[in-house]
Amino acid sequence: MTGTTIAIRIAESIPAVPAVPMADVVEATSHWWAGFILWCPLISLVLCGLCAAFRVKSKLPAWITVLSLACSFTFTVILGNLEDVPERINLFEWIAVFWSDGSFVANFALYIDSLTILWMSFVTGLGTLIALYASEYMEPDLGKGYARFFAGVSVFLFAMGCLVMGDNLLMLYLGWEGVGFASYWLIGYYYRRPEAVAAAKKAFIVNRIGDLGLALAIYLIWATFGTIQYNELMTLLDEGTYATVYEHWSVEAIPYLLMLAAFGKSAQLPLYIWLPDAMEGPTPVSALIHAATMVTAGIYLIARMYPFFLLEPTSLHVVAWVGGLTALLAATIGMAQYDIKRIFAYSTVSQLGFMFLGLGVLTTYGASYHVFTHAFFKAVLFLTAGAVMHGFAGQLDLRKLSGLRRMKGWRIVAWTMFVGCICLAGFPFTSGYFSKDAILAEAFVTQGPGFEILGWIAIFTAFLTAYYTFRVWCRVCAGPVHFEPGDELHDDDHHDDGHDEGHGFHPHAPRFAINFVLVVIAAGALLASVPYFMTNEVSDIKGGWIADMVNDSTAASGIPGHAEHPGTIAHDHSGDHGHHHGSILGMDPHVAMYYISGVVGGVGLFLAFWLHLWRRQDADRLRSWLLARAWIRWLPVAMENKWYVDEVYHALVRAPLWLLGHIFHGFDRYIIDGLLVDGTARLPRLVAKWFQPLQNGMLQSYAITMAGGAALIALLMILMMQFFEGGGVQ
Amino acid sequence: MTLQLAVTFSQLSLSHYLVMSSVLFVIGLVGFLTRRNLIVMFLCTELMFQAAAIAFVAFGRYWYDFTGQVFVIFILTVAAAEAALALALVVLLYRRRSTLNADEWMELSE
Repeated sequence: MTGTTIAIRIAESIPAVPAVPMADVVEATSHWWAGFILWCPLISLVLCGLCAAFRVKSKLPAWITVLSLACSFTFTVILGNLEDVPERINLFEWIAVFWSDGSFVANFALYIDSLTILWMSFVTGLGTLIALYASEYMEPDLGKGYARFFAGVSVFLFAMGCLVMGDNLLMLYLGWEGVGFASYWLIGYYYRRPEAVAAAKKAFIVNRIGDLGLALAIYLIWATFGTIQYNELMTLLDEGTYATVYEHWSVEAIPYLLMLAAFGKSAQLPLYIWLPDAMEGPTPVSALIHAATMVTAGIYLIARMYPFFLLEPTSLHVVAWVGGLTALLAATIGMAQYDIKRIFAYSTVSQLGFMFLGLGVLTTYGASYHVFTHAFFKAVLFLTAGAVMHGFAGQLDLRKLSGLRRMKGWRIVAWTMFVGCICLAGFPFTSGYFSKDAILAEAFVTQGPGFEILGWIAIFTAFLTAYYTFRVWCRVCAGPVHFEPGDELHDDDHHDDGHDEGHGFHPHAPRFAINFVLVVIAAGALLASVPYFMTNEVSDIKGGWIADMVNDSTAASGIPGHAEHPGTIAHDHSGDHGHHHGSILGMDPHVAMYYISGVVGGVGLFLAFWLHLWRRQDADRLRSWLLARAWIRWLPVAMENKWYVDEVYHALVRAPLWLLGHIFHGFDRYIIDGLLVDGTARLPRLVAKWFQPLQNGMLQSYAITMAGGAALIALLMILMMQFFEGGGVQ
Repeated sequence: MTLQLAVTFSQLSLSHYLVMSSVLFVIGLVGFLTRRNLIVMFLCTELMFQAAAIAFVAFGRYWYDFTGQVFVIFILTVAAAEAALALALVVLLYRRRSTLNADEWMELSE
């Protein structure tokens, strides 16, 4: 049988297992019901679509979605409690092609390890709560876009499930594109607004660049290793079998391509520009997709494929530096913005930068833990911003809102926002404090090019984070009561006291669904620090429940105390390798970081309270002082203008493309159309113009022409007869 | 006299007939080109027809071939049909404009 013969057969009839099966992956056929984690959102999508088709005017789509997502969450929790070894659950045959010396298998199967469970627990859990929040938030659109919105949320949850739970890279790719599409769908939800449409397009196009990296990486992985299933790949990497098929350039290229994909989806430095614009979508979408879950897909990808990155250590240095610089850049932009949602968007970019920094400095544990805590506190921050936007007719300018905590009905919003803020600021003993410190300390422990500088950059960023986070809270929630409504007044007002447009404006405080969700997620944000204190199952490692989770997954090599490290990277916790263990101020970085981070957070917080609560006029004075000095004036201006990154992109990418497009258009219009097509068509008309005067409508002129023509022909014949003597009539 | 005349006629050659035919044709042609009255123009075409017919008969006689005479029968038939049609058209045109001037119908032009 030659290599070109390709036989497609059903997988059962052929041993599809690799040469050496991965010992600890269990084929769990009895757990087929885990598929319902995926099917529930899919069913919800179909039902929401029917609701849209039959123009349901009630909140039915919301309840369908909340119920189905709650089912997904329940199944996830049950699955998480059942087994803690990795297992495969085959749902159905999708693609299975075999030929004599290879195969391409991508079944619709689930790969469940603890990393999957960790991710799915907050994806489905927060998804349920945010859908519940949206049931109230989207009320003004009842009967219009309500079902469309919830259908989009269902699509997102299905795609995210595929991405996280898929057993192979093709399913991950399906989910990856699916979440991108859902994101486009939901950012462009208000499709009548040009900004929303532009933001949706921008998000989609920028993400495509990353998607290209992922597609190439998957192809390269298959070409190098002959499989794209996680368990087989990890077996090959564990045994070093890949050495036989080793082509060093491809193994070195894979991490960079995966990185490109991760940077696109998780909004890192070259490709972060789409995320702040994505805030044009409805706020629950910003909270769910663009803060808590989808943007962490990049972290998941790198954590899942971590062994590939360990093969090429330089790639991790790139990850760390890109993450650190993104964190700093986004934080400086966030400091100078006035739109609450935009500030939170930049803080998301910044926090994602921290997570990549964590991945880069070999702590998948820190990154995963930060993903977990960030999901809660960022969700609560966005949801409170949404409540404000909902109640104050779209007002999001922090200069035009003040004293929320003293207003009737707004206390829960103000204090849940406070909880979100202290977690984001990394105030001591909150969840953000522990998860961020796990990353920051590791930057000083791990040896790498300039990692120590990177650590100080991250600490400085943490200070900026504390400042800009509390800048929002002090402006909006504290201080004297004062507000100006925005310009999006709902015509279907559900207030009995009724407000006139403009002057008699009454902010409508959130009701039960929103308040309930805010309290639950805020409680979750506080309790997210609890896993840190849990005792570990494996005695060598520390870091609590999250560390246990990550330790049982493919990202295990980034756990504090985990023994297996490739020799190329110094990463020492156990101490028996005798590597240089970094230190700060003569202390162990993990201990020192508790103090440094606490102090830095406290200073940022104090600064925010001083400039934005106690003496607000000082903030204006500082601003005018800065703007009056020529040598420093560029700084606040550049920060307010987002470092002109959009303008740079415009000049470097958009303008050349625009010019090229116009050149092509001109060529097509004047050369192809004008010269070739129209030119050919003009030729017969030109000829016709010479003969046209003959058709003048006068009978006798026709007769003359005819007679003349006949005479001419006769003359010619006579002349020809004389010329060829002998022919003709004698 | 009668004999003289007969002799003279017997001495007529083909060219006499052809000259006769040509003269008739040119008269018809000139008439067609110069006159504006539709009926007169139509009659001129009849003249040209008869000129052609004479040429046919003359050639037929010259070659001792009856094809020429058969053609003339055809020409007469066609001319009769055509005369009926053309006169009907002329009548219709006259009803439209109350004139027989050919210059009145110049719309069919570019």
